[in-house]
Amino acid sequence: MIEVDFTKSHVIHQWKADSPLIACRISPSGEQCVSSSQDNHLQRWNMANGEKTVLQGHDSWVHTMAYTKSAEQLISGGCEGRLIWWSILEAEPKIVRAIQAHQGWIRGVEISPDGSLVVSVGNDQIIRLWKTDTGEKLHEWPAHERHIYSAVFHPDGKHLLTGDLMGKVHVWKLEDRSLVRSLDGSTLYNPNKGQNAEFGGVRSLAVSPSGHEVYAAGTHKGSNPFGAVHEPLLLRFNWADGALTKSHVCDGIPGGLLYRCVALNDATVATVSGGSSGGLLLFFNASQDKEVHRAGLPSLARDMDLHVGKGLVASAHYDQHVRISGLFA
Amino acid sequence: MNSPARYACGSLDHALSRRRFLSAASGAIGAGSFLGSVAGLHQGVMGNPIAKNDYRVVVFNMHGGLSQLESWDPKPSTRTGGPFRAIPTSVPGIHICELMPKTAKQMHHLCLLRGVNTSEDDHGKGAYMMLTGRRQTPSAEYPQVGAVAAKMLHDDQTGLPGHIIVTPGGGGGRGNESAYLGPKFNSIHLGGDKPPQNSTKPEAIADVAEARRHELRRKINEQYLNQRRSAITDAYTHSYEQALKLMERREVFDVSKEPQVAQDMYGNSELARQCLVARRLLENGVSFVQVTHSNYDTHNDNFNFHIEQVGEFDLAFATFIEDLAQRGMLEKTLVVVLSEFGRTPNINLYYGRDHWSKAWSVVMAGAKIAKGAAFGQTNAEGTEVTDGQVDHGDIFHTILRGVGVDSSQSLMVDGRELPIADPAAEPIWKVLV
Repeated sequence: MIEVDFTKSHVIHQWKADSPLIACRISPSGEQCVSSSQDNHLQRWNMANGEKTVLQGHDSWVHTMAYTKSAEQLISGGCEGRLIWWSILEAEPKIVRAIQAHQGWIRGVEISPDGSLVVSVGNDQIIRLWKTDTGEKLHEWPAHERHIYSAVFHPDGKHLLTGDLMGKVHVWKLEDRSLVRSLDGSTLYNPNKGQNAEFGGVRSLAVSPSGHEVYAAGTHKGSNPFGAVHEPLLLRFNWADGALTKSHVCDGIPGGLLYRCVALNDATVATVSGGSSGGLLLFFNASQDKEVHRAGLPSLARDMDLHVGKGLVASAHYDQHVRISGLFA
Repeated sequence: MNSPARYACGSLDHALSRRRFLSAASGAIGAGSFLGSVAGLHQGVMGNPIAKNDYRVVVFNMHGGLSQLESWDPKPSTRTGGPFRAIPTSVPGIHICELMPKTAKQMHHLCLLRGVNTSEDDHGKGAYMMLTGRRQTPSAEYPQVGAVAAKMLHDDQTGLPGHIIVTPGGGGGRGNESAYLGPKFNSIHLGGDKPPQNSTKPEAIADVAEARRHELRRKINEQYLNQRRSAITDAYTHSYEQALKLMERREVFDVSKEPQVAQDMYGNSELARQCLVARRLLENGVSFVQVTHSNYDTHNDNFNFHIEQVGEFDLAFATFIEDLAQRGMLEKTLVVVLSEFGRTPNINLYYGRDHWSKAWSVVMAGAKIAKGAAFGQTNAEGTEVTDGQVDHGDIFHTILRGVGVDSSQSLMVDGRELPIADPAAEPIWKVLV
């Protein structure tokens, strides 16, 4: 087990794809990671040597992916509305199954803590639950009034959280799909009347390993959404009562937007900021409003993932690179 | 019958071009009634070389620069294509972006111009070019298409203005859109589906008192005009009379008069209400209506914004086209969808697209425009025009020709012959029927 020290974050590898990257995930074993790109392809990267394998199957961009708990399969969700299961450990990964799952973009795919369920959400405002091993659709329900941007299972395995364009975060009881409560993330919604623009949204959701805190990431102060003038914002909620406990802001990142947040531990949340201020890894904890550490990345980043055990961060970049950073000395 | 204008400056302002005048004169001499014929041709204060017809024009101004790749000219699965796919339309072989499924079903009414190259990436200059058909120069100001259409097509007897621009909130309207055509053809700006401001008579003023006030105004005007008549005084007089007629026809602007089923069909967006107002205005004889859909200047987060904006446009626009077609109005109404430019094929760091005028699209429909056609072509990544290149001047000519106006004609203004449209450009004959 690596002793994680996020203040020592540094890039240890960078590998180039053929097109600007959109998203990335690290496998549970930490032996590989995957990225998606603007040419509709996925790339599997061998973390030991950077060997690249290209996966073709989607007809559109892929904003979200999730490894199954066993790490044997990867499930990707495309903007054409398809969920694809990939045999990701094979030398030449194959499509295990492909399902036309949503009308329009899929924006969130997550695996339940016990690995048995897949949730998918997207622009059709419907939550769908699938059996991980067979792809059977178990449940679906209209859940939000606007595009659903993100989803995450609570570590207790009994609840699901989903976030939308308007900054609403709904907490659902999985047993009967009832709405338990809604968290107010409306500061993440940045409408601009002059531009007739609806902007912002809960770009990412995370829950602390203990399950006591919920994090919602995105942007605020969207004074000129069309011109990329907005600042990063991370909201911290108390799980027990849904109260907003902190709004984490940053100085000097006038074009920032948090594309993803992942809990590093019960104290610290790791995030990635993209936008016109470049690429930054930002780390927040409950002790202060502003980030406790920021690490610059060589190019604008659009997504990140974390492997806590190995102290690794993968980031997906506009300059076509996937970068692996080590959170250790 | 109106008599020829007796202007204080002594000129026959805005009358006939020399070419047209001589042609008319020679014909009249042959008929033995020269003066009578000239007087007949001078009907209307401004003089109009072309007989008015019952054609109409409606422009959808996609403010900020609609992305051609997320609308009329998709390039899926290419470096520049973005996340959206192309879908088939009601015309075999023509595909448009999947964000417009309802419009796709109306393609048999539409004509895509996919080879537009205006070479101007500035918002203001691009808008000027698209609406006037000319490049902006310090030495001359040209009338916008709405003013030209109003002059050429509008019948004052409708009691409604000929040139109406609908914008969200009703802003603008203080510009010189009619340029040398004079203020009579400047636009009236509407805020969404609201009637023009101050168009109801205050309750405190009785009808009798109101009538006396106008009688007095007309008498004073008449005395003044006998001595000092000019284009400006005519415009003032016209404005008062037009305002009075407009007050009588205020219900035309009231979308709530539409059956609920029609309102539901168009959707509940502001654009939907603008489209309904536009249809009502066209139905009631307004010659030119410009609808504004804002905003498309998506340097950041282009795809999310286009999902919202184009989705809203798709329902309202497709319903509008279908509605006009079913009412038999499309045969006499020319519809244009334009922007100041398109957006870059290149996708920038922030999932945005920037300004791009070298290869973009404009759409036309109705009147004398070919149906179910795609004219012009861009290369595989949409970076340049490879066939059927046209520009703002060609489009301006085509709009006029499309409603039966000879765009090669000129107007005489202060003794100068001014071509209605840029003589360096010409109509896109292949899309005219």
